[in-house]
Amino acid sequence: MKKQRFFSIVLTALLIQTISARQITVGTNREYTSISVAVSGADAGDTLFVLAGLYKEAGLVIDRPLTLLAEKGAVIDGQFHGHIIDIQSDSVVVKGFIVQNVKKSYTKDFAAIHTYKSKHFVIKNNTLRNVHFGILIEKSKYGIIRKNAVIGEAVKEASSGNGIHCWHSTHLQISENHIQQMRDGIYFEFVNDSKITGNISLNNVRYGLHFMFSNDNRYTKNRFENNGAGVAVMFSARINMLNNYFGLNWGSASYGLLLKEINDAEIIGNTFYKNTIGINADGANRIIFTGNIFDNNGWAIRFLGACYNNKIINNNFLHNALDISYKGKMNGNLFDRNYWSEYTGYDLNKDNIGDVPYRPVKLFSYIVNQTPETIILLRSLFVDIINFSEKVSPIMTPDNLKDNRPRMKPMENNDKS
Amino acid sequence: MFKILKYSFMDLMRSRWSYVYFLFYLVLGFVLFFLNSNTTKAVITLMNVIILLTPLIGTIFGVMYFYSSREFTELLLAQPLKRSTIFAGQYLGVSFSLSMSLVFGIGIPFVLYGIFTSSAIWDFTTLLFIGAFLTFIFVALSFNIALLFNDKIKGFGFSILLWLFLAVVYDGLFLLSLLIFDDYPLDKLALGATLFNPIDLSRILILLKLDISALLGYTGAVFQKFFGTPLGMMVSFALLSVWVILPVVIMLFQTRKKDF
Repeated sequence: MKKQRFFSIVLTALLIQTISARQITVGTNREYTSISVAVSGADAGDTLFVLAGLYKEAGLVIDRPLTLLAEKGAVIDGQFHGHIIDIQSDSVVVKGFIVQNVKKSYTKDFAAIHTYKSKHFVIKNNTLRNVHFGILIEKSKYGIIRKNAVIGEAVKEASSGNGIHCWHSTHLQISENHIQQMRDGIYFEFVNDSKITGNISLNNVRYGLHFMFSNDNRYTKNRFENNGAGVAVMFSARINMLNNYFGLNWGSASYGLLLKEINDAEIIGNTFYKNTIGINADGANRIIFTGNIFDNNGWAIRFLGACYNNKIINNNFLHNALDISYKGKMNGNLFDRNYWSEYTGYDLNKDNIGDVPYRPVKLFSYIVNQTPETIILLRSLFVDIINFSEKVSPIMTPDNLKDNRPRMKPMENNDKS
Repeated sequence: MFKILKYSFMDLMRSRWSYVYFLFYLVLGFVLFFLNSNTTKAVITLMNVIILLTPLIGTIFGVMYFYSSREFTELLLAQPLKRSTIFAGQYLGVSFSLSMSLVFGIGIPFVLYGIFTSSAIWDFTTLLFIGAFLTFIFVALSFNIALLFNDKIKGFGFSILLWLFLAVVYDGLFLLSLLIFDDYPLDKLALGATLFNPIDLSRILILLKLDISALLGYTGAVFQKFFGTPLGMMVSFALLSVWVILPVVIMLFQTRKKDF
């Protein structure tokens, strides 16, 4: 009984709101020709429908809960004056606009769409062009950022901004956006409990995705290609990285995924294809790597200092120049049941598990980690000889750094997104 | 000189060994393409083979030819001919025939599998060019050794030793010195050390052409900065030429003094 009454109250409230909410049309030869005038004339809960056309708006502040919908071809031009759409209220929806021309600044982060202390906002189907920052989220919660396109022309790190930049926020959902040629594709700083799904981040000057001090986030099914350096996850805990694609991050200081001071993460089902370094791990602890494919990378995984208690189980290592690179004489990581394309052992009992352990760290990759200049001897006959002798009887590399149950055949993986 | 060059060349062209050498590269090229039809990858594999094999074959073939054609050489020496003409002709004959086996042996499969339409054409040209250079260098070195020792076994021994030193031992010493002087800036030393070994120099020249060069990281960047510029390219090819010219000059100088 009580439940029913509650529902009826809610329903009436909704009804009243829909009745009271007006739809205001903005366009040439209409009541309102400017969006900012329409916003100041609107009440909370109103919907502004913006017809196609060019609107020159500088600093369009939305300070009440409104829904802004655009007809196809509605362009908001910021004329290079700071933020363009500035959301300062809860429950704001911005949908379908083309937003362009944000001022470039070296001291302030001006964005095409900016939110500040907003909850339950929706930013959807917008195209952002010629912007400094694309979408800038500050101190906001429960936002949805979906199917936007941010196309930049960044050349240098210092003079460019990030595609989607989130700061001090929680519970964001960022999905199916397309970000291209910005500084960082997506940037998280002090952002918790958020999901990043199905985005495409290409050709960015720095990182495709960048986490700083952000915990309990999950990113799945994203595609990071040809960025300065794939994805950087730094100083964060409990990040889940599932089914992403890291490709073609190829350059002398480039990598697919950088882990720096990361604890308790899960890296599952990702594909690393043609990166100079697939995963560069520095101070990464208690991380689970399973079901990943490392294909044609320079290094598949490069462990620098202080990486302990990581579990590398059931991955495919295919045709990497160097599979694992490791520093130090002590190993606290577990390698088990992976497939290594360079494994040359045999399997007498035909259980698809090799009978001889595989040592993924070659002496040469060990030496290179100690003295980087020695890489110049790559593909020299001498290096092949010492690699072979180390393989036969390991002296320099940690004795227990081996995969005791290497697979004979690559692991089947149906999910190759 | 051209007449002697022609005689040596034709003599070698008729010999079984240059056919074997030619066929070896031909088969190698076809097998590579049979296993994967990716030209870029084939170039990388070939690099490993060429860098080790051309010096080895050049050395052994040079010594072998010199010792086996000794009687013919003595006959020529009895004629009113300049010594430098005789030996330069022989040297060029051997080097040209070996380079030809290499270029045609590898070139034919590559052309058949469409190198001209591939983006790897420049890498491939560099590869062949460097292979030919290595042949010229190591034939010259082996002629020197053969002139130095009348004893065949000694000559063979020393020429193999020379190859072993430049292909393997040199890199070992190089690696050791890099490890010992770990605390110092090493890129200049690394750059210098590669320049003084023709095999290392060729290896780096080819590596930098391929996209694997990104692996070389910071050190690679230093190298790229040096070899990537026209000046660096000129310096490295000039050095390869020095590696040809110097042994040839010494060889000619030796022949003038030697009592046959």
